[in-house]
Amino acid sequence: MNIGNLIKISLRALNNNKMRAFLTMLGIIIGVASVITMLAIGQGSKKSIQSQISEMGSNMIMIQPGTGNMGGVRLSGESQQTLKLGDYYALRDKTQYISACSPTVNSSGQFIYQSNNYPCAITGVNSDYLDIRKLSIDEGTVFSKQQIEAAAKVCIVGKTVITNLFTNGEDPLGKVIRFNKIPFTIIGTLNEKGFNSMGMDQDNVVLAPYTTIQKRILAITYIQGIFASASSEANTNKAIAEAENILRTNHKLKPTDADDFNIRSQEEISKMLTSTTDILTILLACIAGISLLVGGIGIMNIMYVSVTERTREIGLRMSIGAKGRDILSQFLIEAILISFTGGIIGVIIGLGASFLIHAVFSWPISVQLYAVLMSFVVCTITGVFFGWYPAKKASELDPIEALRYE
Amino acid sequence: MNKSIIRLENIKRDFVVGDETVHALRGISFTINEGEFVSIMGSSGSGKSTMLNLLGCLDTPTDGEYFLDDVAVSSMNKNQRSTLRNKKIGFVFQSYNLLPKTTAEENVELPLMYNPAYSGKERRAKAIKALDDVGLSDRVNHKSNQMSGGQMQRVAIARALVNDPVLILADEATGNLDTRTAYEIMVLFQELHAKGRTIIFVTHNPELAAFTSRNIVLRDGKVIKDAPNRQIESAKKMLDMLPKQDD
Repeated sequence: MNIGNLIKISLRALNNNKMRAFLTMLGIIIGVASVITMLAIGQGSKKSIQSQISEMGSNMIMIQPGTGNMGGVRLSGESQQTLKLGDYYALRDKTQYISACSPTVNSSGQFIYQSNNYPCAITGVNSDYLDIRKLSIDEGTVFSKQQIEAAAKVCIVGKTVITNLFTNGEDPLGKVIRFNKIPFTIIGTLNEKGFNSMGMDQDNVVLAPYTTIQKRILAITYIQGIFASASSEANTNKAIAEAENILRTNHKLKPTDADDFNIRSQEEISKMLTSTTDILTILLACIAGISLLVGGIGIMNIMYVSVTERTREIGLRMSIGAKGRDILSQFLIEAILISFTGGIIGVIIGLGASFLIHAVFSWPISVQLYAVLMSFVVCTITGVFFGWYPAKKASELDPIEALRYE
Repeated sequence: MNKSIIRLENIKRDFVVGDETVHALRGISFTINEGEFVSIMGSSGSGKSTMLNLLGCLDTPTDGEYFLDDVAVSSMNKNQRSTLRNKKIGFVFQSYNLLPKTTAEENVELPLMYNPAYSGKERRAKAIKALDDVGLSDRVNHKSNQMSGGQMQRVAIARALVNDPVLILADEATGNLDTRTAYEIMVLFQELHAKGRTIIFVTHNPELAAFTSRNIVLRDGKVIKDAPNRQIESAKKMLDMLPKQDD
C-alpha cells in the first residue's frame, strides 16, 4: 500500500467531516498561535533590552579600584588610589584583545554660563572613550592629542547640559562655560542618546581631557577607573583575563593576594537584565505549551470517537483487503493532517497576532524561526502521539466484529 | 470439468464461550467450481455466518483445510489473508457498507486503493467500467446518500467486481430491499453468473434458492442438502410478472 493512496484516503475521510476536523484543529491552532505569539513577545522584550545594552557598548569593560583594607578598616573602592596612569598605558600598549582604552577621572560641581548654572559631573577621558561608550559627536570635534598633553581647558557636552545652560538657544560651540571657576571652551557636542535601561540620562555628561581634570581640578596623579573595549563581544572574557594579568603584574601582587581592582563587563549587566525576560519567556511558553497539549488531547478524543463511529467502515476496509497497518496509517495520517494543518494555520495566525500586537501596542516583538519550526515539529509529534492510541485500536479491530457493529 | 474455486476439506470451527465450546461447523466438505452460482441457506444458528466468514477469509477454521483458487488459506496469517481478499474476493453486504458522503466512483475504487499495482488513472477507469457493468454509468459522481437502496447495492456490487475477483460473496444481499428492487439485484447476479462469474449467495430466504444453480443447506454446523438446481428460475421473468408501478 503506498503512502500516496493512504493520504488520499485520509483526506477523503477528513473531507467528509469538515466541521469536526476544523474544530479539532482549532485546539492546535490556538496552541501554536499562542506559542509563537508568546515567544515573539518574550524574545522581543529580551532583544530590546539587549539592544539598549549594546548601545551602551556591549563589549565594554570597566575597571575600578578594588576595596582595600588599612589596619583592619575596610575602605571603599573609590577612595583607593591603586589605579595609575601606568596601568592605562600598559592596557593600551601591551594587550591583544583590548581595542580601545580610556582612563576616567570624575569631579562634580556647578557649571556656569552667563546667568545659568547647572550641576553636573565632569568626566576626564581620552578620545577613545566616545567609541567605548558608543557616543558620537554631533557638531565640532573630539579633543586632539596635543590638547590632552597640554591639559587644555576644552570640553564636549551632552544635550541635557546644553538645554540647561543655553536657554536662549545659542550655538554652544566655541562658547566658554565655567566649572569651579575654571573656564572650559566647548569644542564639540554629543548626539542625543536618551535614557538607558536603568533610567540614567546618558546625555547628562561633560567630557574633558583626563589630564585637565587630574592637573587643574583634582590635582591627583592616579586615575579613578579605566574604560576599555574588547576587540569583539566574543573576546570580552579573554580581554578581561588579559587585563587582570597585566594589572596584577603592574601592582606586584603575589599569587595569594586578592585583586585590588574590579573588572566588570556589560555581559554581567546584560545577563542580569535578560534573565528576567528569559523567565518571562519560559513562563509564557509554558502556558502556550499547555494549550498545545490540550489541543493534542482534543485530537485524541476526536480520533477515538471517530474510530468508534467508523467501526463498520474499518470492518469494510479490512474485508476488501486493508491490512491492520493500512488502517493504523490511515488514522495516524488523519491525526497528523489535522495537527499539521492546524500548525500551519496557527503559525499564520501567530505571526499575524505578533505583528498586530506590535502595531497596536507597539510592544517590541521578535519572531523566532526556531519557534516556527519547533511548532511544526511539535504539531507533528502531537499528531503521532495522540493519534497513535486510537489508530492502534482501530487497526486491531476484528473485521467480523467490526462489520457487525451497530 | 471446470477448475475448482473453493475446496473445503472437513472444515471445523469451534468457539470457546466461557467454559463451553460451541461447535459452529462440524466437519464440512464441498467443492465449488468456477462459474457456479451457489446459495448457502440455513436458519439462524445453522453456522451460515461462520461459513461466510471462513469462505471470505475473514476467519480461519479450527480444523480442516480450505483452498481458495488452489491457495491454502487455513495456515495464512492476517496480512496474507488481507492481500488474498483484496485480490480474489468481492464482498456484497446486506447493508451495502458504502462510505458515507462519498461518490459512487470513489466507493467502487476503494479495493484498488489497497493494491499498489494500480495507478489513479487505472483505478478510475476500472471503477467506471464496473459501474457501467451494474448499469450505473449515469451515477458515477453521485454520493452514496443521494442514491436509493437498489442503487447503493449496485454500487456495492460494482465495488465487489472492480478487482476482478475469482469469487463474489454475497451476504443477504437483497435483505434490505423491497421485492421489486430485490428482483432487480437478483437479475444482476444472474447476468453476472451468465458471464461466468462464480457467486456464493448466503441467505436465510429459501425463495432465493430458486434463482441459483446449486443449493447448499446447513443445519447445526453440517451440510444437510447439497444439490444442483435443475430448474433455475429467471429473476427477470419474475420481475416482469410484478404489477407495473404507476409512474
